[in-house]
Amino acid sequence: MENIISLTINGIDVSVDRGTSILEAAKKINIRIPTLCYHEDLCVAGNCRVCVVEAEGYRTLIASCATPCEQGMKIKTNTPKVRNARRDLIALLVSEHNTQCTTCYRSTNCELQALASEYNIDNDIYMSILKPEHLRIDKSSWSIEKDDSKCVRCQRCVRTCSELQHVNAITVAHKGKDMKISTFMDLPMNEVVCVNCGQCVIHCPTGALTERRYYDDIWNAIGDEKKKVIINTAPSVRVAIGEMLGYGPGASVTGKMVSALKQIGFNMVLDTNYTADLTIIEEGNELLMRLKKALVNKEEVALPMITSCSPGWVKFIEHMYPDKLAHLSTCKSPQQMFGALSKTYLAEKMGIEPENIVSVAAMPCAAKKFEANRPEMKSSGYQDIDAGLTTREIGHMIKQAGVDFKELIDSDFDSLMGDSTGAAVIFGATGGVMEAALRTAYEIITGRDVPFEKLNITPVRGLEGIKEAGILIDNCLPEWNFLEGVELKVAVAHGLKNARIIMEQIEAGTSPYHFIEVMACPGGCIGGGGQPIPTNDDVRKKRIKAIYDEDAGKPIRKSHENPEIKKIYEEFLVDGPLGHMSHKLLHTHYTKRNRY
Amino acid sequence: MPHTKELVEKLVDTYGRSRESMLPILQDIQRTEHYVSDDAMVEIAKQLDISTADVYGKATFYSFIDTVPRGKYVIRVCKTIVCEMHNKSGIIETLENLLKIKIGETTLNRKFSLLYTNCLGWCHMGPAMLINDEVFTDLTPERVREIIAIYKNKN
Amino acid sequence: MSDRLKRVDVILGNYHPEKYKILAGAMERPNKDIIQDLIDSGLKGRGGAGFLTGLKWKFAAQVPSEEKYVICNADEGEPGTFKDREILTKVPRKVLSGMGICAKVIGAKKGYIYLRGEYKFLVAQLNDQIDEFHTYCDKLGLDFRVEIFLGSGAYVCGEETALLNSIEGKRGEPRNKPPFPTNEGLFGKPTVVNNVETLVSAMMVCKIGPDQFKKLGIQDSHGSKLFSVSGDTPRAGIYDLEFGLSLEEFVKEFGDGDTKAVQVGGASGFCVPRKKFSQTTIGYKAGLDGDNLPTGGSMMLFNSSRSMYHVLENYLEFFEEESCGQCTPCRIGCQQLKKGIDAVKRGIRPPEYLDQLLKLTETMKITAKCGLGQSVANSFSSIVENFREEMIY
Repeated sequence: MENIISLTINGIDVSVDRGTSILEAAKKINIRIPTLCYHEDLCVAGNCRVCVVEAEGYRTLIASCATPCEQGMKIKTNTPKVRNARRDLIALLVSEHNTQCTTCYRSTNCELQALASEYNIDNDIYMSILKPEHLRIDKSSWSIEKDDSKCVRCQRCVRTCSELQHVNAITVAHKGKDMKISTFMDLPMNEVVCVNCGQCVIHCPTGALTERRYYDDIWNAIGDEKKKVIINTAPSVRVAIGEMLGYGPGASVTGKMVSALKQIGFNMVLDTNYTADLTIIEEGNELLMRLKKALVNKEEVALPMITSCSPGWVKFIEHMYPDKLAHLSTCKSPQQMFGALSKTYLAEKMGIEPENIVSVAAMPCAAKKFEANRPEMKSSGYQDIDAGLTTREIGHMIKQAGVDFKELIDSDFDSLMGDSTGAAVIFGATGGVMEAALRTAYEIITGRDVPFEKLNITPVRGLEGIKEAGILIDNCLPEWNFLEGVELKVAVAHGLKNARIIMEQIEAGTSPYHFIEVMACPGGCIGGGGQPIPTNDDVRKKRIKAIYDEDAGKPIRKSHENPEIKKIYEEFLVDGPLGHMSHKLLHTHYTKRNRY
Repeated sequence: MPHTKELVEKLVDTYGRSRESMLPILQDIQRTEHYVSDDAMVEIAKQLDISTADVYGKATFYSFIDTVPRGKYVIRVCKTIVCEMHNKSGIIETLENLLKIKIGETTLNRKFSLLYTNCLGWCHMGPAMLINDEVFTDLTPERVREIIAIYKNKN
Repeated sequence: MSDRLKRVDVILGNYHPEKYKILAGAMERPNKDIIQDLIDSGLKGRGGAGFLTGLKWKFAAQVPSEEKYVICNADEGEPGTFKDREILTKVPRKVLSGMGICAKVIGAKKGYIYLRGEYKFLVAQLNDQIDEFHTYCDKLGLDFRVEIFLGSGAYVCGEETALLNSIEGKRGEPRNKPPFPTNEGLFGKPTVVNNVETLVSAMMVCKIGPDQFKKLGIQDSHGSKLFSVSGDTPRAGIYDLEFGLSLEEFVKEFGDGDTKAVQVGGASGFCVPRKKFSQTTIGYKAGLDGDNLPTGGSMMLFNSSRSMYHVLENYLEFFEEESCGQCTPCRIGCQQLKKGIDAVKRGIRPPEYLDQLLKLTETMKITAKCGLGQSVANSFSSIVENFREEMIY
């Protein structure tokens, strides 16, 4: 069989590899075919039918996303027949839709709205068949709202939840006119195995799935004179928020973001990267402690140790592998470390009453909202983090405040807890936590830099689902002699599909690793469920590049060299990493949950 | 419900642990328990190592799998055109009067449920209905009264 | 009966006294000869879609694979159709022979009968037949086993790829095509899905040869066909008739003297009004003048006491419930059509709105993912166009 297929699309010759869809072939020659159920990240469904095209000799129109090119095909993408059908299909979707666009969170960022506008749909062609029972919005979850009245049944969320995340919290239920996207027994989202990763949200073309918004509470806090509203911003927010404010993907707008947040009224704009550095110190020491227990004391310790920064991942393991929770690092995520310290250390240093602090986190994440509301996250004596806002919510706040973002002059983060290193910035990309941890751990053990050019541990970078690396430890410092000659084996997984593979190895007892980084979202936090929409591999790569560029440009690129980190261990966490204070404020425990 | 758990375990032993066993398992549970409870679906999910939502999505696809409790005898009256033309509504009226329930409902003693169904394939002998798996054709109000009388005396 | 309405009893006729003789005969013949006979016979699928059976078998035979499947589609759900049950009740051995021959030809070791849940009462007797069939397979050296898979009340599972998904434990939703089942079918393996009657017809081709078979019926529509006759008729039942019969003769034979319309092919088929009876023949694409209608064999007669609005409403309710719901035109289109005719009837929308709805059925016809959504247009347009006044007043 020939492996190169030649065909014409709108009269233009194009040659593609066998198996290429008509949609992809058209894209190659810059012909855009509108789509709705199609998403680059997901398997093809072919159910919205919006991408239909005409093919010579075919009785019906064909779905270009689902039809592979064949030799000699003659495709037309813009005939009257195609246009009329497409218009009709969009009008049908509109007739099933809650068209209260003016009050929709996804207005102007909605694929159905864009199509309806592009095809100038007459709203009067079809009568509304919106079902009244679908108007009830499920707001039970801390993280995700489900509004069936906005659902177009494209099943992108269902495919995301199963293919990318292997969670399967949502499904297609019933059939015919009653077909809908549902949880098990149509239970509220907070009662099912949803891990709150928010990947369904960034894959939803409309406002059917959105993050639960908390910015009104924050505006009220900002308006309250008594309150000191403090925000910490995660590394991946700065390389993505520009997309909401007039920049293309991959623009690094750290300084402008800080300025904007100050301008809209946050009393202090601090950096989650600071606690990311702190995480490295704590987690690095925890790993070395576990290794020492295993190798020297011959104790039973859970190895490999797995990172715990990603709250979607944490809830996933709690549901799916409740007997393996000992493998999780006990370190809180940077957000929660920040929260705990903001109402203790920072409050003390700045002379603010902790009850007057409203500690906000700007996160690329939907699961951070759930994490902030976990009952155990009150080690400061208060709720450590009052609200986790997504990148999108922050973008909305900046717009609502009327800030002319592009014209802003860069500012620096405030201090205390505003200093950070390149090691912390890369937390935002898959592999970043691992790279940062290795930069520090290797140096603790050997007193030398990690043996990679410019500290760039390239084997753990990139979008491959599971990445592995091994570092041979030699010429240890005396204290770490027990590691002499050991090859430290690490792995990095992103997307819960890949996390499951890692966990199955651990369950089977075949995991060869000492330390594993897992991020719930494909690409890591830069592809988080709270990031601007659209997010796809092209966008992910650009955000990742921006992350590594920030790292490369930082004067300090190792967490343990962060001067503010050194300071906190001198002044506050005086019994050192894993000490009493850090145990109280920076470490946590986990909850076994039901898998079914 | 330990009974449901045992039932599902037994069915999984019979049909196997792969996804293809799902529909046969659902059918057998429907037959023994007259509906597939949430407990049963959780148990199936565990045994087949798939998510509960997944089981729910499959179960609700099929008209003959009920995820809400039904009576011991589920009466499904064909409502498709030919049965409709041959006095389906008289049959329904008779059944509603006899059982003192409306279509879609279950009697208080959990003995009978009355539902519509689409074409049963007995158009030449309509109106037709199913009581569980048994077919009744050429229905008249009189015949329906006789049939229900027999079923009322059954356990 | 008139000449053109010959009862031929090909399908439901008596068994050969020697069990599985035709299968035994087929075992001795080269596969390519059997396929060629089938192609020469012009046998087309009896489920309604009308694909050449010989080609289907040929495609599946061509794909190299250790694992292949033969599936007998007994998910007979089309309103007005009940012939498959009759075949499975009366001549199950013919069906199993057909499956056996197909298995031999394509190289399948496993077969399923996908039986609709409504016919569950057939399971016990069919299983007895299958057990006996297996002993003959062993005797004849055919490594083939058949199993019944029971449906559970979903019309769309009669669509062959939906049927495959249903067996695989997925929702019974039609798949994108290509790939076709003959290449990637059940569990991704080459699969032939044939209607019950098709398998019997295929066996008949083996029995009587393509030439004899071709003598039945008309050009492009060879063989005989089982017709399920119902509605306003004194002679409801199943009839084994030659293809190519004219509707006028049919109505003369089966009508109650007051036939106003005949629905040919069930809810997804066409409604023919009295004035078009004489120009309509029943068959796939006959080379005769007038309209020629394909059919899975459902013939529903309506007399002048029936409201065609009511008939159409009943079909649309059927479709909006039985659509799998995954694709836009079918899920929403069916609901809009039903809501639309209701609005016209009540005067909420003007009569011209029917034209908008007709346009919608055109969209459904060319954009729906499977035959279900594509064929809703058939009954809708044929009823609305021929009985427009009944829709309005």
